[in-house]
Amino acid sequence: MATVKYTKDHEWIRIEGDVAVVGITDYAQTQLGDVVYVELPELGRRVEQGKEAAVVESVKAASEVYAPISGEVLAVNDALSGEPGKVNADPMGEGWFLKLRIADTKQLDGLMDEAAYNAFVEGLH
Amino acid sequence: MSEWSKAISGFARDAAPEATISGNRGLRLEDPLLFEQDEPGRSGVDLPEPPAVDRLGALRREGPIGLPGLSEPQVVRHYMRASQKNYGIDMGLYPLGSCTMKHNPRLNEKLARLPGFADIHPLQPQSTVTGALELIDTLARWLKELTGMPAVAMSPAAGAHGELCGMMCIRAAIEARGERRQRVLVPESAHGTNPATAAACGYAVDPIPANARGRVDLTALKEKLGPDVAAIMLTNPNTCGLFEDEILAIAEAVHAAGAFFYCDGANFNALVGRVRPGDLGIDCMHLNLHKTFSTPHGGGGPGSGPVVLAASLAPFAPLPWLVHDGGGLRLIEQAAGPAARAIGRIKGFHGQMGMFVRALAYIVSHGSDGLRQLSGDAVLNANYLLARLGDRLTASYPGPCMHEVLFDDRFLRDSGGVTTLDFAKALVDEGFHPMTMYFPLVVHGALLMEPTESESKASLDRFIEVVRGLAERARAGAAASFHAAPRFTPRRRLDETAAARKPVLRWRKPAATTREAAE
Repeated sequence: MATVKYTKDHEWIRIEGDVAVVGITDYAQTQLGDVVYVELPELGRRVEQGKEAAVVESVKAASEVYAPISGEVLAVNDALSGEPGKVNADPMGEGWFLKLRIADTKQLDGLMDEAAYNAFVEGLH
Repeated sequence: MSEWSKAISGFARDAAPEATISGNRGLRLEDPLLFEQDEPGRSGVDLPEPPAVDRLGALRREGPIGLPGLSEPQVVRHYMRASQKNYGIDMGLYPLGSCTMKHNPRLNEKLARLPGFADIHPLQPQSTVTGALELIDTLARWLKELTGMPAVAMSPAAGAHGELCGMMCIRAAIEARGERRQRVLVPESAHGTNPATAAACGYAVDPIPANARGRVDLTALKEKLGPDVAAIMLTNPNTCGLFEDEILAIAEAVHAAGAFFYCDGANFNALVGRVRPGDLGIDCMHLNLHKTFSTPHGGGGPGSGPVVLAASLAPFAPLPWLVHDGGGLRLIEQAAGPAARAIGRIKGFHGQMGMFVRALAYIVSHGSDGLRQLSGDAVLNANYLLARLGDRLTASYPGPCMHEVLFDDRFLRDSGGVTTLDFAKALVDEGFHPMTMYFPLVVHGALLMEPTESESKASLDRFIEVVRGLAERARAGAAASFHAAPRFTPRRRLDETAAARKPVLRWRKPAATTREAAE
């Protein structure tokens, strides 16, 4: 089973070999409300851990999506340009944002697992 | 319950939506778009047939230009009906936070219509507009006096344009020192235009967190300062309605790092006549004449955003500017020295002349004592809201606040799903323009209220009674009625999501037979 990790900024990252899939969590999409636009990076761009990788815009606000780890952008979810609602409907599945080639697996160690993330979200209330 | 609120709730019961034959509801009239009223051949004027002389060479219009055929009364009624669906400060309380929706005195309007100001053209010879130039100069002197700054650029067209002007001056000053700085620090609670301006000037935006008191975290700020920081952009009072009380230490730290201190003057209404930004170590600040100095905005604009500058930035100010020489005023439109290499012009002509007239009328009619009183009253009114609403709503920070007060949505937690948006829509049903919502982003479900000094205690009491009543209703489990709001507006809740995802940006003429289906 693929490993999924989480950030304090409410991104998730799923490890599939040397590739990582990135999106925003269910908590993030709930807080944002209806997503109306997603701006995704160019293919081949190198994103840095903790820096902006994408922008998500909802009826309430526009927010940066930060790269959970550094790496080269291998793919982006083009379907979101026509159907940004996928981020709300299926944030961990069809609402994925981008795929990265993992630059340094050690960066994954600093991220939270599901239990730790759930506890983190619980603590926000 | 006061007589006023009894009257209101009585009205609400009577006004239960019920279909009428016409689609109108009382004097609230439905009206199709002008294009839908098109009757080809109708016209408001009777023009003679054009002469046979062909003045356009071989150019021929090939098809109809698509303007609707309408009579003059149709057009007049259309716009009258549209205007009656509008809500503005002339209709009632407009507590939109960070917007300073204050009364626009009619005296301002009277003076702005004087032919010597209203009917001049920016390309007239200077010798024929000396009065207008003197007015610009007099206003500039007042703005410098009120801010304690030595220079002012009058031409920026509005707040964000003023920010752009100010940050371009800062960049020019830094480049003149032979430096290249990369970062601009912006607090998390900033107006969205601040990071946008910094980015537009080519800087990377680095957010500064707030401390538990809702102010800039001075320690975090100092850690972020360095030789690559060009400026900090700070709003004071900030968008939480709080005075940045460590501003002197902030200015000192910023200057010690060789950076500039930009202040967003959108909230100057809280300070005017009491605090001079120049005394706080600020290098540059825009003034929203359309907020602090009562020139119309929100559809009634244009705005106007003069920028006051410290001596270190004055040489980089944009053209044009006025100088006193030979006993008169002269408009400088060509620059020499550092300014020649700095920005040049940022706007055609000399700025928003009509707004200058209104702002000066406001300043002079209030006088220095009146300006001091207005900022005091603005702060008093916001604190009155805080004091009277604090036990029903949840204030994000303890008072006292400045000219606006910030609540968050914790008071709606046990309401069965009433959101800040629902609460705002219910306020619309009660006949008020809602407060600013979901901004600033630093608190959850923000409700930011700025009553301004225009409101009397009686006016605030009516608003307070409604807000308290709505909060009580939310707590009593009336979520369904909130979700149904607004009920008494010409249109009910609009689908903002669909509007953003699939915007319909232009009207298209439906085919005659499918007109109804298309509607």
